[in-house]
Amino acid sequence: MARIFAYILHKAGVADDSAAELISAARAIDPSAPLTAIVTGFGADLDVVCSGLRASYAEIWKISNEVLAYPNAELIRQALVKILPAGCVVLAAHEHFGIDLAPGLSIKTNASFVSDVIAIEGIEDSHLKLVRQEFGGQVSAHVRCDIASGVVITIRPGAFKQVENAAVNGIVVDKSSEIGALTARRRYLETIVAEAGDVDITKHNVLVSVGRGIQEKDNIGIAKELAEALGAAVSCSRPVVDAKWLEKSRQVGSSGKTVKPKVYLACGISGSFQHLAGLKGNPFIIAINKNPKAPIFQVADVGIVDDILEFLPELTTKVQEARGVSVK
Amino acid sequence: MEILVCARRVPDTSENDIQLNSAGNDIERDDLVYSINESDNYAVEEALQIAAKFGGSVTVATVGGEDDEEILRREMAMGANHGVLISDDAFAGSDGRGIATVLAAFVRKGRYDLILTGVQADDGAAQVGGMLAAMLDYPFASLVNSIEILDGNKLKVGREIAGGNREISEIDLPCVLSIQTGINEPRYVGMRGIRQVASIPIPTPSAAELGIDPATVGEMAARVKRIDYFVPALGKGAEMLSGSREENIDKVVNLIAAKGGLK
Amino acid sequence: MVESIQSVPHVSSLLVQARILLLLIHVLGTACFVYIIARRLVPLFKAQRDFRFDRPWQRLGRVGKFWMGQWKHPRYPGAGVMHILIFAGFILLATRAFALVLGLADTVAVPANIGHIYDIVKDYATTIVFVCMLVAMIRRLVIKPARYAVPERYGKGHPADAIFLLALIALLMVGDSLFAASKAAFQTRLGQPEEFLAVLSLPWMFKGVLVPASLSSLQHIHFAGYLLHDVTFFFLLCYRPFGIQFHVETSLFTVFFSKLDRGTLKPVRWGVPDEQLEQVKSFGVKTFEDFTWKHMLDFYSCADCGRCSDNCPANAAGRPLSPRFLTIKARDYAFQHYPMFGKARFGNSGNGKPLIGNLYSEDEVWSCTTCGACEEECPLLVEYIDKIVDLRRGMVDDGNVPQSLQKPLKALESRGNPYGKSEKKRVDWSKAKDFQTMCEVKVLDGRHADGVATADTLYFVDSITAFDDRMQSIGRATAKILDHVGTNFGILGAAERDSGHEVRRFGEETLFMALRDHNVEAIKNSGVQRIVTADPHAYNALKHDYKDVPPVEHISQFIAREVKAGKISFKPVKDEKNVYTYHDPCYLGRHNQVYDEPRDVLDAIPGLNRVEMKRCRDRSFCCGGGGLMLFYEPKEEERIGVKRVRMAAEAGANVIVTACPFCMVNMEDAIKVAGFEGKMTAIDLTELVDQQIAGDVQADTDERNEVEVQPDEPVLMPWY
Repeated sequence: MARIFAYILHKAGVADDSAAELISAARAIDPSAPLTAIVTGFGADLDVVCSGLRASYAEIWKISNEVLAYPNAELIRQALVKILPAGCVVLAAHEHFGIDLAPGLSIKTNASFVSDVIAIEGIEDSHLKLVRQEFGGQVSAHVRCDIASGVVITIRPGAFKQVENAAVNGIVVDKSSEIGALTARRRYLETIVAEAGDVDITKHNVLVSVGRGIQEKDNIGIAKELAEALGAAVSCSRPVVDAKWLEKSRQVGSSGKTVKPKVYLACGISGSFQHLAGLKGNPFIIAINKNPKAPIFQVADVGIVDDILEFLPELTTKVQEARGVSVK
Repeated sequence: MEILVCARRVPDTSENDIQLNSAGNDIERDDLVYSINESDNYAVEEALQIAAKFGGSVTVATVGGEDDEEILRREMAMGANHGVLISDDAFAGSDGRGIATVLAAFVRKGRYDLILTGVQADDGAAQVGGMLAAMLDYPFASLVNSIEILDGNKLKVGREIAGGNREISEIDLPCVLSIQTGINEPRYVGMRGIRQVASIPIPTPSAAELGIDPATVGEMAARVKRIDYFVPALGKGAEMLSGSREENIDKVVNLIAAKGGLK
Repeated sequence: MVESIQSVPHVSSLLVQARILLLLIHVLGTACFVYIIARRLVPLFKAQRDFRFDRPWQRLGRVGKFWMGQWKHPRYPGAGVMHILIFAGFILLATRAFALVLGLADTVAVPANIGHIYDIVKDYATTIVFVCMLVAMIRRLVIKPARYAVPERYGKGHPADAIFLLALIALLMVGDSLFAASKAAFQTRLGQPEEFLAVLSLPWMFKGVLVPASLSSLQHIHFAGYLLHDVTFFFLLCYRPFGIQFHVETSLFTVFFSKLDRGTLKPVRWGVPDEQLEQVKSFGVKTFEDFTWKHMLDFYSCADCGRCSDNCPANAAGRPLSPRFLTIKARDYAFQHYPMFGKARFGNSGNGKPLIGNLYSEDEVWSCTTCGACEEECPLLVEYIDKIVDLRRGMVDDGNVPQSLQKPLKALESRGNPYGKSEKKRVDWSKAKDFQTMCEVKVLDGRHADGVATADTLYFVDSITAFDDRMQSIGRATAKILDHVGTNFGILGAAERDSGHEVRRFGEETLFMALRDHNVEAIKNSGVQRIVTADPHAYNALKHDYKDVPPVEHISQFIAREVKAGKISFKPVKDEKNVYTYHDPCYLGRHNQVYDEPRDVLDAIPGLNRVEMKRCRDRSFCCGGGGLMLFYEPKEEERIGVKRVRMAAEAGANVIVTACPFCMVNMEDAIKVAGFEGKMTAIDLTELVDQQIAGDVQADTDERNEVEVQPDEPVLMPWY
């Protein structure tokens, strides 16, 4: 069986949640295949991450180099090409780094490539059967991938269970010297942090989140009133930001903020995975949507099929009564 | 600056309801409206703006058949100088790698300083751009939401990363970039514009003209194949409240209070 | 011994005989004027053509009504009456002025009777004009009506200029009065029969003051008065073309050449039929010279009165549009770039700067709902809608369309409706369960083999009524009404496309033509003899934008006729406490002048209390706009619709009746936003008629929230 490698993302010495998810994915491919974590970076942070991974990965390949201090997919790809054995399986998270790294890596290693995988069904004579989604998540598809010469797979964050306790005592192997010279035709300059905005939605316990179902900018006020009554903040999904009805700082999702509230009211939000990717920490999700088939009802705890433009104002009134605030 | 945009014609998913067909092996395509993939359209607009500022021309290419010509005409009506339909029976059934192989052969026949694609299309694979760059051995950046021309040899690009932040890098030309939606505001293309370009000839290079070995593309060469489409059985999901609106509201208020949301 | 006052031309108190001085003034003044007018005409020769010479008698009739008759002026009574007086004064004094200038005042003998009557008239006219000038100055300086104000973003006002002009006209009156008064005083002093001066007129009062003066002073005053009048006359003549007073010269022409066909739009290019449009290089107005000569004449003619902007709903809502400044800015542009001396100033570019981005902002042009209130108010009949549409055509041609509009336009192109839904779903409204059993709606798929059409009446549904969940009830109500009187009607079903009315008014002419041609073909194939629609936008399109289709009427006209014929009768309203008011939709009322029929229908319902809003009929306040306007996201302070429902509340109404699905959308939306939910409802005329028709089994076809009746509050209309 081919070796499986998991590319580990990390920040400030802490491995990303996907590191634990990649283990499940690897097990779904072949529980008996040797699994190795690959971590790139530089300095103390890198060492901390590597030692932290020893509890879940049997082998950790550490690649330390000053030029890799910031994860530059162009450089890392070159490094991986040098050290990866032929015909292996490479797993990575399908997010902004994985999207950057993986397709090109598959070409350079002559491996197959499948992205944004949500389930892995297993191997059947050098073909791997997996599940992906298409058309914005509206349909799923079974996919068959020839892995005879290896495969690079990106998995959807959150689609696979996090393996908390793998009960291993892994070893860290320093591969830094094997990567050779790296040519930097893309050079990292800086990261521009998103504008703070007037409200930090990541700090709120209760969020009133609106999606396309709010229909127009003027209706945002309805959500604002409810948020005010609840002592909560208004957040939103991407379409609301694209339409410029709310600032980017209010967006929950893979290209927005990650939030961990206690209670999350999803109002007129369909429940795309990019949006849900920004919801962590197992909040209590109450979903209100006109469409009974909206995917959000799959992940919500409580669902109500109703028109948010009528439901929310009435809810606001009830909340105000409950709190003893006078109704305007 | 010679810019190539690789585009694709896809079903318009934003308004369309995607349903499975009765056989269960594809989506119901009868009633679908097709258009250029959204992020590809943003890429063309970006290319046009760059060409307007710095000079040069914009070519839009797609791998496909007769039906796909309409998106080329649309982008030419938008202002692209050339449209190319790369067409050959040998390409049918290609996977992403196959498409990238065809595009790479096309690029090698020409001279392009900058190659743009959209981040992803209807299958959400987000692969062709990265693959194409690797085949050509050009530097690559994905999820690009800003481009600044520094000089004839390099660009400054911004990438969309988590938390709404932007990662700024310098990248050497020639390069491949995959463009994210929202990078600009694409101009409108009206029926009149399309009619005006209706009779401009669109070249259709074949596999032979591009020196592509048919064994490397098409269905036979595809390593990734879709077996079917399906709609997953719905799991337990949410507890759906079924009372009157007033009853539902009462329940919601109680739930919020119970979960600590009403302080 | 002085026998009589020396006539002015003979005065030679200067070195030169006055005759020569005056001749100089007159010749120079006239030459200046002619030169100025010629320069002002230059851009008109560069402009696009405009076919305005047809139907000359009809045009002359309009000159009689609107120019001579000052028809629109009394709409603002204060300023209106004053202007009528000033205008009348000008017309009456014109004869006098020319006589003075040509030196005929003293020499030509007019038959005594006519002369006397004219003298009285002219004296009073002079006085009234003078008094009006004073009143006007007080209005400008003290009262300052809101509509004259110049918001900062449009530049500076010219109050000093206005006062200056008013003062000059007053001076004109004073000069003439001094001339006449001094002569009369002279004659009085000499005991001669005096020039007749009307009692209490200005010259009469001057004469009273001047009588004690010496003869030589009087002689000087006589000459001075004449000179004052003369110089002021020519100065004004030459000064007027530099400001708003130019309308004195141009108004006659502006009115004569004004648009005769309400509700229509100018073609992309006059003289270029649809089939040849492909050859036109550039659509719409992008630079100033793309306007037609009549539009440029409009810019010259604006009197800056502000009545248009005062009635503009977009302006009232705080959108960046002010029709008045659309015109004034263009006028200033013309003045600046086509100066009196030297070539037209364009800088480097060949033919003028693009208007959008320099003179006008995009939002300014997209903000217009094409309601026509501005055109209805303008006393000079200045046109606006054609200009806005032309500017939009230019922007569409350049690809400069707001993102929020691109999606519905693309959907209209691919699916024939702005929602992007399948054409097959256009019949779904007629397939609602309970409805279908009551009323069968035929789909007119084409002629039968034997050539007989399957229906004689087409119900043109149009997109919003077909697809919008709420508006589908209008479709059902309309169908039931048609059915009730036994009309043999059908719908086009999947063959129907959006009428394209807004598509055209948003500047997408090519897409409009495609929709139109498709619909015309489908209508022809259906073989119907007449068309009925409940959508005023479709009504206007079928009536004015489409050619070669059967005659069309709005459902309100249909119902009114059937009521009169006794084929429809009503049962009394359930609750007489409800107060109804009718909101005139722009494309039914103002553009097509269908005001009475809907009201007749409402008044035929027993027990229905109806009130009129202050702004009704041709002064109706637009709901906010229909069609593509529903997709446009304007920057505004308060929604147009919200302002309208407040007007309804002010009139004491709690039910707004409309006859247009777009008005309905905006009214219902506005009721929510204004916080009137539960206190006010909106209902379409067809829904109300369907509800009140006597002799039909009423089934609960459309579920709506039943409004609770609360004690001590106005009883609300239960809607089911």
